[in-house]
Amino acid sequence: MPRALSDTLEELFETFDQMHDWEERYEYLIDLGDKLPDMPAEEKVEKNRVQGCQSNVWLVARTREATPPVLDFEADSDAQIVKGLVAILLQMLSGRTPEEILSFDIGHVFTRLGLKQHLSPLRSNGLHSMVKRIKMLAAGQSA
Amino acid sequence: MPLDPAALRRDFPILDIRLHEAGVPLVYLDNAATTQSPKPVVDAMVKAYEGSYANVHRGIHWLSDQATIAYEGAREKVRAFIGAESTDEIIFTRGTTEAINLVARSWGDANVKAGDEILLTLLEHHSNIVPWQQLAARTGALLKYIPIHDDGTLDLSTLDQLLTARTKLLAITAVSNVLGTITPLAELIPKAHAVGAKVLIDAAQSVPHAVTDVRKWDADFVAFSGHKMLAGSGIGVLYGKRALLEAMPPFQGGGSMIHRVELERFTPAELPAKFEAGTPAIVPAIALGAAIDYLGVIGMEAIGEHEHRLTREAHQVLGRIAGLKIHGPSPEKKAGIVNFSLYGANGREIHPQDAAQVLDRGGVAVRAGHHCAMPLHERLGLSASTRASFYLYNTSEEVERLAVGLEKVLHVFRRG
Repeated sequence: MPRALSDTLEELFETFDQMHDWEERYEYLIDLGDKLPDMPAEEKVEKNRVQGCQSNVWLVARTREATPPVLDFEADSDAQIVKGLVAILLQMLSGRTPEEILSFDIGHVFTRLGLKQHLSPLRSNGLHSMVKRIKMLAAGQSA
Repeated sequence: MPLDPAALRRDFPILDIRLHEAGVPLVYLDNAATTQSPKPVVDAMVKAYEGSYANVHRGIHWLSDQATIAYEGAREKVRAFIGAESTDEIIFTRGTTEAINLVARSWGDANVKAGDEILLTLLEHHSNIVPWQQLAARTGALLKYIPIHDDGTLDLSTLDQLLTARTKLLAITAVSNVLGTITPLAELIPKAHAVGAKVLIDAAQSVPHAVTDVRKWDADFVAFSGHKMLAGSGIGVLYGKRALLEAMPPFQGGGSMIHRVELERFTPAELPAKFEAGTPAIVPAIALGAAIDYLGVIGMEAIGEHEHRLTREAHQVLGRIAGLKIHGPSPEKKAGIVNFSLYGANGREIHPQDAAQVLDRGGVAVRAGHHCAMPLHERLGLSASTRASFYLYNTSEEVERLAVGLEKVLHVFRRG
């Protein structure tokens, strides 16, 4: 049973608030990414790859039967810093209902963490497209 | 006379900017992507807009005369810079990509048919691949590729099978934008002509850094970009031999490129106007003229030597870093581009994007990705690579800063 969203966020904000410089942030993200299990090779295929130019992000979604339904996501990236950011996104969005996903202001959270620039479509790192695809999947699932 | 980058840098205020909250100085090593513009070039643009700007060719008023003189003056500067015979052979375009597309459409559609072959190399940038793929799809022609050795030099052992009487065109880069490889054009161009093929050179990475003589090359078409040679965005050049350009139908249709328009037909204008439809990029062309003046004072040979020295230094300094692998040929066989991969703990590759992000925090600007050359990366077994590229304003200190930055990358990704 996933923890309440607010607990996860509070912990995250606390952790990032304590960091002094970009090096600490990146090292934390790298650690986070390393802890996220690798996606099996069979799933790192073209249909699961989201649009991004500089690095690859793969996303797989599964719907858990429930009322309302719950969306579980699995994701991976070949770039470690991006993978850490992917891990944060999964922490926030996976195991949630479509409504929770659609009402979640990811931009605000990333700004709060000082990571907003990584979500920009201009970054071309796949994160923006990943969030877009998650939201589209959630929209498809909601009534 | 050896060039003095410290003195030249005074012409480029952007090189003094500080980055991020920490205010780290910029180390700009992404010149293969685009180059900075010196004050004389920027001033020439401002001067044009502030004192002599109007539409060209059409007007009879004084401002229009001034603008036309400046625009056509820039065309003559380009002609002299690349050693072309006539300004009729100098077509202004948006860049290298548009120039190649022009040839693929205008020359390609008229001269290539089903079963013909177009010969490329595995080094090519997408801009010198995709237009030919499109041409092949339209005409039923076939694409072939000259392979490469592992060090990024061309493998010419099968050239006789690849370059045949069926080959209509050899489209080849002068310098690889990924690996810096200098291709053996002096050897390949006569061979292509001997089988009746034309030759198009993607000279985007060579014209800004070396002496160019299109007649010595005897190339049929040469394409290059202004923004890679200090001129700012929006201008490029297609050089084509007069006889070819004259025989080719126009590319884009519209104003300026016509002689006469009736309801159902038009007659095209003469060269070079025939291939310059619509109002041109007047001020960017003037900027290109100013860039050529600036480069002329320094001397292309001095620039080439300077970059060669930096490349040798980079190979030395980067070669000492454990966990760094340089791709491409040795310094004598390449231009001022150094491409590499980094490996962290357990020999696991550090993704170029990760490396570039960390380098950026230290002020070092390089490029990470496939550099618009996916077939080349596939051949090298890489999904992406990191590239540092030099120009006249880079210094040995900056090569050191790159090395320091790379050590930092390895440190960040190797803990534990």
